[in-house]
Amino acid sequence: MYCLIAAESAIFTIFVVAYLFYIGKSLTGPKPADVLHAPILYTICLLSSSLTINLAVRRLSAGNMAAFGRWWLLTIVLGSVFLFGTAREWAHLIHDEGLTIGTNLFGTTYYSLVGLHAFHVTMGLLALFAVAVFCFTSQLQREHAERVEILSMYWHFVDAVWVIVFTVVYVIGI
Amino acid sequence: MSATTIAISEVPVRPVTLRLHEWVTTVDHKRLGVLYVVYALIFLALGGIEATIIRLQLIRPHNALVSPQVFNRMFTMHGTTMIFFVAMPMLFGFANYLVPLMIGARDMAFPRLNAFSFWMTALGGIFLYFSYFGGDGLYGAGSAPDVGWFAYAPLTAKTFSVGHSTDFWTLSLLSSGIGSIGTAINIIATTLCMRCPGMTLGKMPLLVWLNFVMAGLVILAVSPLSAAQLMLVVDRYLGGHFFDTQAGGSAVIWMHFFWIFGHPEVYVLVLPAFAFASEIIPVFSRKAIFGYPVMVLATIAIGFIGMSVWAHHMFTVGMSAGANTFFVLSTMAIAVPTGIKIFNWLATMWGGKIRFATPMLFCVAFLFQFLIAGLTGVTLAVAPLDWQLSNSYYVVAHFHYVIVGGILFCIFGAFYYWFPKFSGKMYDEALGKLHFWLFVIGFHLTFDFMHVPGILGMPRRIYTYEPGRGWDIWNLIVTIGVAFQAAGILVFAANLVWSYFRGKRAGNDPWDAWTLEWSTSSPPPAYNYAQVPSVRSRRPLWDLKHPEDPDWRYE
Repeated sequence: MYCLIAAESAIFTIFVVAYLFYIGKSLTGPKPADVLHAPILYTICLLSSSLTINLAVRRLSAGNMAAFGRWWLLTIVLGSVFLFGTAREWAHLIHDEGLTIGTNLFGTTYYSLVGLHAFHVTMGLLALFAVAVFCFTSQLQREHAERVEILSMYWHFVDAVWVIVFTVVYVIGI
Repeated sequence: MSATTIAISEVPVRPVTLRLHEWVTTVDHKRLGVLYVVYALIFLALGGIEATIIRLQLIRPHNALVSPQVFNRMFTMHGTTMIFFVAMPMLFGFANYLVPLMIGARDMAFPRLNAFSFWMTALGGIFLYFSYFGGDGLYGAGSAPDVGWFAYAPLTAKTFSVGHSTDFWTLSLLSSGIGSIGTAINIIATTLCMRCPGMTLGKMPLLVWLNFVMAGLVILAVSPLSAAQLMLVVDRYLGGHFFDTQAGGSAVIWMHFFWIFGHPEVYVLVLPAFAFASEIIPVFSRKAIFGYPVMVLATIAIGFIGMSVWAHHMFTVGMSAGANTFFVLSTMAIAVPTGIKIFNWLATMWGGKIRFATPMLFCVAFLFQFLIAGLTGVTLAVAPLDWQLSNSYYVVAHFHYVIVGGILFCIFGAFYYWFPKFSGKMYDEALGKLHFWLFVIGFHLTFDFMHVPGILGMPRRIYTYEPGRGWDIWNLIVTIGVAFQAAGILVFAANLVWSYFRGKRAGNDPWDAWTLEWSTSSPPPAYNYAQVPSVRSRRPLWDLKHPEDPDWRYE
């Protein structure tokens, strides 16, 4: 999993570099400062899901399946809320601001970088969901704690990437 | 014992479909290794045919064997095929087969991921060649990709590359890239977690060490390529502007992204080749490898420095003086650990009882040729000289010297060295030597003389040229060399097939070698080792054979 994370980090690095390189290079509007608003609430949701998944894994290693299920579901909810936030932001940008991936360089880099991250969140949610199904059909046992922890590493990685994406897009980029 | 033999021979021959099904669904690292290698051999033939067409077209000025369009497709397909679907799968195949055996493991760490990786790589190759059928789409606009193997923007933009050929190129690299990353993850996990008792990192065979570093490089280098391919897909399908200079995008950033992959890729390919040399040269010199710790450190140094030399492919782009200086120095610095390796191999041979069997012949030729390739590399690292020689046949000669003279020679050496282990049969030594001499002659005819038209100013990728520029005779000689190389490859193929069916039984350890894979039967059983081996030195089989003077007393 560490290797996968290293490989994924390299992919994100390239997209982040492209984003930074192209800041302010768009020939036409809209510009990021005009249309972007930092999604603080959704960011808090995603980052706190790192905490809840960590609590869930601890409950699993302690063998407390009911508590594990609760924290795990909460993680899924928080992740879904974040994804919903991204969807709303995109809908706003596309319908109200008229910014699409082909509008200008900002659109291209913004949708690719945020989209790449959202794709990873989606993949993570699917994996979390699969574990939830195993949990509620009682196929998940305490001895699977190590595997679940490896999955949680991926989720932490997705959260950490968001910190970088957030900094690049909503702090440096505006 | 005899009872089991009888039992095995009484097993009825299974129908072909069943055996085929076993191969398709296999997760065994040895079978996947063989699949990789066979797959790579098929593509070697395809890439070789493309090279032959290129050289026949250039045999004399104003030749009209193929049209300019077809010529462009030929060099694009040749480059892409040879790098992604010959060299990488070939080396991954050997790594797959050998790494678990050499560390005394039952299989790779993730057998199913292993199978997935192979089939992704296979899918990539199929994508690439499917472009011949699906590439023109509705446009009637050319079939196979013709944008060059590094596909600089804006050639890849929809405007200049209508139809689907570039899309097939992108998809094929994307899917084979996913396969490569999967394999790399697998090799690292296997090396770190599956070693047999006693095999510390410092006692691993050098082949495992080098493949371990190679896997790290794959993770750091192939991922950027995948990212760049994703951007290209966004540009081509979703109307993005990453590499669209009309909308403020940058063509140069594609070059950076591509070469951030492209140069470490050279080390991804050459490290496993070094790995073969590091196993073969000691066994055929009857001496332990000279300077094992330094070899490991030099490998790691190559891995690190190799990540910071990419822009020496871009001296002519017009980077700042500071950037040029940095990449000149880093490129020259990488010659140091490589030089250390060459001296260590020489020191291993020094004073040894050298046996010039076919694997050793290929490795000796590799040493000599790789040295020259490195020296022309250092000349190209000098930015001002590169401004003169960039994109000329001198560069083409240089990197073919590395890839054919260095990597391919080591691969051939590895084929002959491990063929007895893979198949249980001995190859034909006379045919092996014939292959070697034909190939050495052909190689030097082609690639020694290819430097000259480059210095005389002949650019690469031109489909024909004017007579009377002093290029004619050199191009003729270069093309004549191809005939020798092709003959060598045919002898090689014949040797493989003939030896597989008619060769003598090889036994477990035909070379009196020292690493673990020679202690199990040839070919190894599905479970590799009936008992998990345990190791006390870098040459466990030496310890077994010479209990009175084992290696672990000295290490």
